[in-house]
Amino acid sequence: MSSAATPASDAPVFFELNEHPHPEGHSTSLGFWIYLMSDCLIFAVLFATFAVLSGSFAAGPGPRELFDLPLVALNTSMLLLSSITYGFAMLTMEKDRVAATQAWLAITALFGIAFLSIELYEFHHLIVEGATPQRSAFLSAFFVLVGTHGLHVTFGTIWLFTLMVQVKQRGLVAGNKRRLMCLSMFWHFLDVVWIGVFTFVYLMGVLR
Amino acid sequence: MSAHDTSAAHAPADGHDAHGAEPHGSLRGYMIGFVLSVILTAIPFWLVMTGALGSATATAFAIMGLAVVQIVVHMVYFLHMNFRTEGGWSMLALVFTLILVVIMLAGSMWVMYHLNTNMMPGAHDMRQML
Repeated sequence: MSSAATPASDAPVFFELNEHPHPEGHSTSLGFWIYLMSDCLIFAVLFATFAVLSGSFAAGPGPRELFDLPLVALNTSMLLLSSITYGFAMLTMEKDRVAATQAWLAITALFGIAFLSIELYEFHHLIVEGATPQRSAFLSAFFVLVGTHGLHVTFGTIWLFTLMVQVKQRGLVAGNKRRLMCLSMFWHFLDVVWIGVFTFVYLMGVLR
Repeated sequence: MSAHDTSAAHAPADGHDAHGAEPHGSLRGYMIGFVLSVILTAIPFWLVMTGALGSATATAFAIMGLAVVQIVVHMVYFLHMNFRTEGGWSMLALVFTLILVVIMLAGSMWVMYHLNTNMMPGAHDMRQML
């Protein structure tokens, strides 16, 4: 085992004298995945908070009066469509087709912005009706959970535009492909979180 | 095994990490994932909006089950999770996170439910307070 490092002695060596190469970005995807898992814990805490407080209406409006399921379904389809168009962007990226990749990224951004617009319209509608975050514990938990997801989508969209500028300036170099891959994981992860949101917040809320 | 052998053994592994371990999927994979997701999203919305199952409890369990299935579909077809990516470390991180999430969610709901039922003043206690 240790013949090359200490050829003369029989003592075991527990470290490597010759550092093996670490190519740039070789551990990025695992590191980014672990970041996403920590983000998953943030959302789990917010889901737990919402689950505990989802029945505390303080005599205020409940989910049945507040939630508009067709609007939520539209919102869900926007996010799902943005997921598949991002997938198409990754496929064209692998074939090094810059223009097609940029086009799919732009379409993804449009769906992302549509999702955010519908969500902001919904929040505005709720606040105008008096269902503000300070109305009841249920509404506080609702706005924090759904708002945190919305903030993630907002920053994901900003990141998407940043990468479109990067790709425009430098093309599909290895670094940009790696960044697009990270954003791909982030974007699909947000869609996974949204499955939890529409199931547990909206659909279960209307059921209770 | 010499130190040189070790680094030589690492080189293809690193090359593998940079390319093979990040499968970007195929058009077919994305389309399967998308169609399954649309179906698995449409069914719960339909169940809740029409009340087709009749009982709210049955509907709740059905939509929870469908959500779990859809999360798995997203993980497999969009996030390309498998037991080989990054030598299994991605899956290990995911399993560890899921264990934490289950403990946290189940624990919070269990504790807070009991707290609510045991600590909330009932109608009887309220009358005594007056």
